[in-house]
Amino acid sequence: MCGIVGIYLKNKKYNSQLGKFLTGMMNSMATRGPDSAGFAIYSSEKKKKYKYSVCSNTDQVKEISKKLSRHVKDIKVKSISDHLIIETAMKPKKFIEILKNHEELSLVGYGSCIEIFKQVGNPKDVVKNFSLEKFSGSHAIGHTRMATESAITTDGSHPYSTGEDECLVHNGSLSNHNNLRRSLQKKGIEIKSMNDTEVAAGYISNGLSDKKSLKETLLDGLKDLDGFYTFISGTKNGMAIVRDEIACKPAVVAETKDYVAIASEFQAMAHLPNVNSAKIFEPEPGKVYSWGK
Amino acid sequence: MNLNLKKESLRKVNETLQSIDRKSNKKIFKISNPDGNHAICAGLKDEIEVTIDGHTGYYCAGMNMNANIIVNGNVGTGVAENMMSGTVHVKGNASQSAGATAHGGTLIIDGDTSSRCGISMKGIDIIVKGSVGHMSAFMAQSGNLVICGDAGDALGDSIYEANIFIKGKVKSLGADCEEKKMNKKDQNILRSLLKKASINESEIKNFKMYSSARKLYNFNIDNVSEY
Repeated sequence: MCGIVGIYLKNKKYNSQLGKFLTGMMNSMATRGPDSAGFAIYSSEKKKKYKYSVCSNTDQVKEISKKLSRHVKDIKVKSISDHLIIETAMKPKKFIEILKNHEELSLVGYGSCIEIFKQVGNPKDVVKNFSLEKFSGSHAIGHTRMATESAITTDGSHPYSTGEDECLVHNGSLSNHNNLRRSLQKKGIEIKSMNDTEVAAGYISNGLSDKKSLKETLLDGLKDLDGFYTFISGTKNGMAIVRDEIACKPAVVAETKDYVAIASEFQAMAHLPNVNSAKIFEPEPGKVYSWGK
Repeated sequence: MNLNLKKESLRKVNETLQSIDRKSNKKIFKISNPDGNHAICAGLKDEIEVTIDGHTGYYCAGMNMNANIIVNGNVGTGVAENMMSGTVHVKGNASQSAGATAHGGTLIIDGDTSSRCGISMKGIDIIVKGSVGHMSAFMAQSGNLVICGDAGDALGDSIYEANIFIKGKVKSLGADCEEKKMNKKDQNILRSLLKKASINESEIKNFKMYSSARKLYNFNIDNVSEY
């Protein structure tokens, strides 16, 4: 099963309510995926600064900041539940190398505007642990997981991020991910888990780094990714959805002049403002829909 | 009688509608704030009229018997699945598998449906005023599917004895489904179905009929790729 949700705000007046909207969406999708949950929030870009979302299995935040500041100047660490958001001007290539020396820290995503949080447990508890309600931003993507392809761990939770400001959530499962993982790894894409979705995220990163647009990459994916899926993919500019040609994994879109919301089921967006007068439709199979700046 | 799903639980609302006192005059009900909940109006068995104001989730009006259910909104997967009799009228769009496996009754959808509309239908009449998605009428056994718009890929794949009437374009036909010439009897069936959905009868001439070529009924080695 799994539940996927996404919301893109067209009207800035709702930015401060982004977290509240996503909380409602994830809570009502908890029944579709009670094993773990995660979400990615996109907020305004900080010039020349990077945010690294890190899952830590230690609660000694002060010590970690101290350790890291030995290697990195001007570091700011914010701790939320078992995650740290580390803000620094250091470029990703260098900083990720430094992180590798700290076994207690695992990187879940990075970029100039993305923050990612994921955790094992019922989605209703997970969103509470991370105080999702308080977040603001321009767009957000969430996932509630019913595990199939890999173990119930934070590593096996969505969203997956394999590139700067990128993320992917998935409802479905892929059957050719082992072959694809090997060929992507040969091209230098880092895939950490045995999960099928992380391979799809890597596939998208690879397409984007080849200077293809997100839309082109997702269309290519229809040929290369074998299995069944509804994907919601986020970048710093917006989000996109695609369903495989068989389209047995559900999705519904509601669009108003103020926002675009995507969810596995309509009930996830029943609480959004003026949703009953929104344009509501199901994405057609094999077609990419995208919204953004 | 008004039933508000914001104030009462879904189970309570369905129980009220499933245990109608047949001697009572209360026959008209209204449900507000459906908010995409699943299985609203599932398992009704009396001649009552229920209007749902808003969008519903999965299996709305499933297993319906006798009731007349109107949805002022969209419905999720499996509306009127396994319906036995009665009428379900959706004023918006329907998701996948509308009228799946239904034995009888009438399902009218004013908008479009997505894939697998009328999958394995067993006697229901479905009238879609818009278009239907891929694999519609898959393994349809009996009954009629009327489509005023277009149909997606593989229409009527492995169809048995159901009829498909369609006004728009067919993207592709499924295995063993072929166009048939409409005779007087077929025209009369279509006429009565259009009338039920308040569609002008003069439209009949614009419809084409499809049903089973019956080539897959008995094993034939030449058709092995189609099984």
